[in-house]
Amino acid sequence: MSREILKVTDLSMRFGGLLAVNSVALTVKEKQVVALIGPNGAGKTTVFNCLTGFYKPSAGSILLDGQPIQGLAGHEIARKGVVRTFQNVRLFKDMTAVENLLIAQHRHLNTNFLAGLFKTPAFRKSEREAMEYAGYWLDKVNLTEFANRPAGTLAYGQQRRLEIARCMMTRPRILMLDEPAAGLNPKETEDLKALIGVLREEHNATVLLIEHDMKLVMSISDHIVVINQGTPLADGTPEQIRDNPEVIKAYLGEA
Amino acid sequence: MNKYLKSALFSALLVWAVAFPVLGLKLSIVGINLEVHGTGPLTLGVIALCSVLMFLRVLFSQQVGALFKSSRGPLISPKVGQFLTLPRTQRWIIIGLIAAALVWPFFGSRGAVDIATLILIYVMLGLGLNIVVGLAGLLDLGYVGFYAVGAYSYALLSHYFGLGFWICLPIAGLMSASFGFLLGFPVLRLRGDYLAIVTLGFGEIIRLFLRNLTGLTGGPNGISNIPKPTFFGLSFERTAAEGMRTFHEFFGLEYNPVSKVVFLYLVALLLALLALFVINRLLRMPIGRAWEALREDEIACRALGLNPTVIKLSAFTLGACFAGFAGSFFAARQGLVTPESFTFIESAIILAIVVLGGMGSQLGVILAAVVMILLPEMMREFSEYRMLMFGALMVLMMIWRPQGLLPMQRPHMELHK
Repeated sequence: MSREILKVTDLSMRFGGLLAVNSVALTVKEKQVVALIGPNGAGKTTVFNCLTGFYKPSAGSILLDGQPIQGLAGHEIARKGVVRTFQNVRLFKDMTAVENLLIAQHRHLNTNFLAGLFKTPAFRKSEREAMEYAGYWLDKVNLTEFANRPAGTLAYGQQRRLEIARCMMTRPRILMLDEPAAGLNPKETEDLKALIGVLREEHNATVLLIEHDMKLVMSISDHIVVINQGTPLADGTPEQIRDNPEVIKAYLGEA
Repeated sequence: MNKYLKSALFSALLVWAVAFPVLGLKLSIVGINLEVHGTGPLTLGVIALCSVLMFLRVLFSQQVGALFKSSRGPLISPKVGQFLTLPRTQRWIIIGLIAAALVWPFFGSRGAVDIATLILIYVMLGLGLNIVVGLAGLLDLGYVGFYAVGAYSYALLSHYFGLGFWICLPIAGLMSASFGFLLGFPVLRLRGDYLAIVTLGFGEIIRLFLRNLTGLTGGPNGISNIPKPTFFGLSFERTAAEGMRTFHEFFGLEYNPVSKVVFLYLVALLLALLALFVINRLLRMPIGRAWEALREDEIACRALGLNPTVIKLSAFTLGACFAGFAGSFFAARQGLVTPESFTFIESAIILAIVVLGGMGSQLGVILAAVVMILLPEMMREFSEYRMLMFGALMVLMMIWRPQGLLPMQRPHMELHK
């Protein structure tokens, strides 16, 4: 049995009188792909925001590799290896694709002021390595030919892939994708599926994703958590979820 | 037509409304009273002519617009504009400018060199503020506060401890930087307009402090007799203070008052070039990229593990540091600092230089500093209308080149395949 990377118990988020997330629990193990699904407005993105420190959860615990991370600032959580993409892509649009990837490596670079000022060999080496690593990942997501184009000018599907590559640059423990297939055509969705497969097989990536495309969810997930109106509804393997009457009711309504 | 007639009439009236109080009325002192007089028919005639022209211009705006559109293209063709803003071109232009800047003061007049020195101070300030506003995207309206801290650091250290310019220069930079750091902490939680307002307040607080700390800073009278920079211990005065030698004695030259001005100019040039070099490097360093990324999307930055506070603070601190250098040089050049040199209008001018030049563009800042300082100097006869021209310039810029004189083209990092 593989190790638990992320363990969320009893997570609740309250906005004034609205209980947006109500004791949600989920566990993500190493190299697993876990999907978080639910109807619109179910609180999926709120869960993401709690996990990544954009909101401070009202209650509950979030353990990353056994260490509590709830209540930390967003950038601190990201540094611990919880890195996310956004529902509406958030790239640095005026910067080139490769620069987007360099930014993500900021923490691993030589940021010594004097080293940069005088271009010391150590500084050059660090910059060169960052560039090589960025090149490697651009190749992985098939964007090498667009490396020097401003990110904002790329096609939507390319921007999505670039955002995933940007996350991978930070060497994350867990990759969180917020509706990665939204707005993609069937071909691009297939590519995305292949990419997530590659991430898992070759790079030992652990993925937690929110998705509405059931075909995609069912085919790549090891485990699915369903929430409805902020409350956990069901969790289990894709097969169990597919046949769960509660889930069908939540999605399709009462027959 | 009817629609145009209405707006044309309105425009003509607006010309009167703007021009008549400014140009058409004169105050004169009669005894101890002020009296308002109308001016002569000539001025009124000119205003009338202008309003008629405006009337026609708006009435036939469509036809005029069509005429211009058909007869010629844009002022500078996009290709040339593109070429001018390329980083490589900018570098060559800068090298050429440096060479010219080093040579000409030896041939220029004393007044010209003096104005050039002033321009260089504003170049330094503009470059510093450019980090904060242009690169990191933080609107700072209190930048002059750090300029004041730099100036007073040198003034006070030299007044009370007799320290020289070259020792005080780095100290002044450090002082300003630490002020930037301390003020940055509370201020940088805010965004956009709120940040602008609070920085504006801080700028004024610093000035008021200097003004009211009479025991230390001399209050409104400021501090005078601040020594000028020396050339490796050689003074440029006619007679040296005791224990010092003068430049002309040491080299056996005739005393020439211009040499002092030229030396000050060269020091300013050195400092400005230093600022230019450092900022140029910063742009290519991880921190420079982080500033830019933060300006574009703070949330994405946080999601990638970049600490927004640290990044903003570094921009704020570095920007303040350059203001400190400029300030201590300013104190040395003037020989006198008073709180009145650091009013809000200075902040506005520096900000105007940054915006006019094109946010983030270094060559743009230099060009804008030249325009902003040189124009008022050349048009001294019209100094009453200085603010009017200032406003007009801004309006015209907004219409024709909202992106600035030479908008920034960042040195992009390229992936070589």
